[in-house]
Amino acid sequence: MFKEMHNLFQWAWLIPFLPFLSFFIIAFITKRSKGLSAAISILAILTSLCLSIGIGIGVISSGAEVVENPVMSTVNWLSIGGLQINFGTLIDPMSAMMLFVVTLVASMVQIYSLGYMHGDKGFSRYFCYQSLFAFSMLGLVLSTNLLEMYVFWELVGLCSYLLIGFWYFKVSAREAAKKAFVTTRVADVGLLIGIVLLYTKFGSLDFYGPGSLSAQMASGFQDFALIGSVSYLTVMALLVFIGPMGKSGQFPFHVWLPDAMEGPTPVSALIHAATMVVAGVYLVARMFFLFDNASPVALEFVAIIGSFTAIFAATIAIAQDDIKKILAYSTLSQLGYMMFALGVGALTASMFHLMTHAFFKALMFLGAGSVIHALHEKQNIWDMGGLYKKMPITTITFGIGVLAIAGIPPFAGFFSKDEILASAMHSGHPFIYAIGLFTAFLTAFYMCRLFFVAFLGEEKPENHPHESPKTMTVPLIILAFFSVVGGWAALPDHNFAYFIHYGVFEPEAMDWGLAAISVAAGLIGIGLAYSIYVKKAIKAEDVVARFPGVYKLLKNKYYIDEIYQWVIDKIIDGFIAKVLYWFDIYIIDGIVNSLALLVRGTGSGLRRFTTGQLQTYALVFFFAVVVFYIVLAVGEGQLAGLNPLAMLGGVK
Amino acid sequence: MTISVGLSTYLLVGAMLFCIGLYGVFSKRNVIAVLMSIELMLNAVNLNFVAFSRFTPWENQGINPLVGQVSALFVIVVAAAEIAVGLALVITIFRNRKTTNVDDLNWLKW
Amino acid sequence: MSTMATVVFFIFAIIAVAAAWGVVTSTNIVHSALFLALSFLGVAVLYVLLNAEFLAAAQILVYAGAVSILVIFAVMLTLRGDVAVSNPNTNKWTWGVCVAGLLFALIALVILTNDAWRILPMPSTAGGTTELSALLLSWYMVPFEVAAFLLTIALIGAVILAKGGKERK
Repeated sequence: MFKEMHNLFQWAWLIPFLPFLSFFIIAFITKRSKGLSAAISILAILTSLCLSIGIGIGVISSGAEVVENPVMSTVNWLSIGGLQINFGTLIDPMSAMMLFVVTLVASMVQIYSLGYMHGDKGFSRYFCYQSLFAFSMLGLVLSTNLLEMYVFWELVGLCSYLLIGFWYFKVSAREAAKKAFVTTRVADVGLLIGIVLLYTKFGSLDFYGPGSLSAQMASGFQDFALIGSVSYLTVMALLVFIGPMGKSGQFPFHVWLPDAMEGPTPVSALIHAATMVVAGVYLVARMFFLFDNASPVALEFVAIIGSFTAIFAATIAIAQDDIKKILAYSTLSQLGYMMFALGVGALTASMFHLMTHAFFKALMFLGAGSVIHALHEKQNIWDMGGLYKKMPITTITFGIGVLAIAGIPPFAGFFSKDEILASAMHSGHPFIYAIGLFTAFLTAFYMCRLFFVAFLGEEKPENHPHESPKTMTVPLIILAFFSVVGGWAALPDHNFAYFIHYGVFEPEAMDWGLAAISVAAGLIGIGLAYSIYVKKAIKAEDVVARFPGVYKLLKNKYYIDEIYQWVIDKIIDGFIAKVLYWFDIYIIDGIVNSLALLVRGTGSGLRRFTTGQLQTYALVFFFAVVVFYIVLAVGEGQLAGLNPLAMLGGVK
Repeated sequence: MTISVGLSTYLLVGAMLFCIGLYGVFSKRNVIAVLMSIELMLNAVNLNFVAFSRFTPWENQGINPLVGQVSALFVIVVAAAEIAVGLALVITIFRNRKTTNVDDLNWLKW
Repeated sequence: MSTMATVVFFIFAIIAVAAAWGVVTSTNIVHSALFLALSFLGVAVLYVLLNAEFLAAAQILVYAGAVSILVIFAVMLTLRGDVAVSNPNTNKWTWGVCVAGLLFALIALVILTNDAWRILPMPSTAGGTTELSALLLSWYMVPFEVAAFLLTIALIGAVILAKGGKERK
């Protein structure tokens, strides 16, 4: 069985290749035909899904073997001098899990898009970009080395740009696309520097295998202090972490994610909830050995940034009114969870939460899309209400998603979130645990606020909602199914932790005490939201009136965007740009110009020798004679006594 | 005080004449003046020859000191021939170009 | 050398050099030509002091007598404009001063520091015209004839050039 599955692993490259083929075909051949483009794209991604399921089964059935020895198949891509870069696929439980998640969510989103994007002018272009994104993300997941991952990292950034700015005739969409791309690009500088430094130090960028980074670090690498007392590995770890900070929306690079909601809702579901934003978490998980071998400062930094992002985004979310913005800040918050889980050393918990979050967040985004589509592009939750009557399937599935994210058993979020909090507590980070617990309360609160306001309550008379077509509701149901059962992967003997872990596997029993506390926090949040928005026992307006400053701060996202804009205007554009401009004009251009001036000056100087007049030539000639005379007479001839050089050297 | 005039004095006079002639070659605009300066230089060379000829001792078996004077004689001959031809050239050029200015004889520039 | 000879030397050396100076600094070309003749005469006297009487005579006959006249004729045939400014300096005359001055300084330095050349003349009467003519017509016979030949050719060439050969149809 393992042998056949092993053979299947060799075909893993097909998984990203099929969407790429579909992208190619749609872009160049079937652009005109909407139906054909969609069909090709969906066919490709469904085939990839089947292959991923096959690989997943193969990984599970091969048990511990794949965990110890990841299967890599590579081809040599670049071989110049001492530089050897391979491209290939890496199959281990983590990548198998990611493959399954990505292909499942991508296929659900593409099927959903048939209904959502129906009638849109750029229908073919949409599926073209979707296929390209699928290719990029799957390639990223299967990467064997840092360079390959960086290539696909940038590709997903590009696809994000293309898809956010899909409705390019809207100025806000264009601006949002630019913002996303530039912000992640700025963060990628750190990652690139880290990659270069790692390569120069270790000579290899592979993750696993002989001679790879993990092997070298495991075999007693002598760390040394680079800056002050900060070790080299720590610096590299921090540099590498800057990339995920941008891609996964950690503070202070989080600003692009809420704006990315300008794109179509299925895009938000796929890219900005389930797959692309988790690429950062995935990278940190892949490079976990680097963080582990560096000083604890690196992981502490990750944990602090992650937990801060979690609570920061959650506080903003409670004051937002746009349904997609609430979900976006919720995504930021959950990404913070995943990051700080890695920061406290819980790789398993982080990956587990990644998987479950993909399911229920994509579900909720698609549900929101269903609502938006039904209400003809209305996105403010206060314009909605009582949708449960006309849109039952959407309401039920969305409700399942809300329960999952609130951490209520037996839904998926409970297992993963609880594991994170338990790891935080057990690894000696009580403060981070407290932050996580409070954020869980906030999460439950604002998600239920969204649910109660939008789906329950009174219908607004101007709305005419109707249930979405089958192409949109079937993916909702499928994702809801996974949101329910996804968490149960933690239960069996060979559970999630058995396959995906770092270091030695130690089966941990569930800490029911902590679990109860986190469930209680979730229930309190739900209760609070219920009392405010359903029972109207506490008036929301009163709370706002009591803390007007706080409310304004939260509603305006802590004015971070305004601060960044001010920095860019005043400092970067105002000062740095001017300095660099001056430098460019006077120094760089000056050097080039001075070369030209030098040539011109020499030319005009030498021109005087070639006058065509005999007397000038005679002058030059005799001047040479004088020079020779001096050289011969003063050098070694009769006038040697006058030679100043000889006098310097003493008696000749 | 007796100031004796030896070989080096004659050589100095010759050097002076030569350098004055050289200066004339460089700095005169009239072609004929340049030719005259060349004559001065030849004169100086002649003086050199004759001075060395006079101050070479007769007992020197290797060379007849009068060779200096013979050389000077031939230099005179050649100088005369040269100036004749040179001035003929100047006249020809003047006939064509109506100028004796050295600066106008600049066809070498192209 | 007697005092008389020394005085004569200095007088005529100064005449020669001063006349040469006049050749190159005069702006009047006719003055330059006349100064040239004067310089030749001065050098001729120096030749006499150096026991080269024949050469002195040849110098006067050829240089002062023929070359100078030739120059005057050429000046006469090519004169345009005002004679007083017919021999101006070029723009580059300062360079000329530099190079010539430098060269003179170097040569003078060599002459003055060379001990082998600080010799006084041996009193002798040998080396007169007789010996010179004997040398010229025995050892240097061929150059003598060639020189004559050269003169003939130069003469013919100069005549042709000055006549303007191309205008003959």
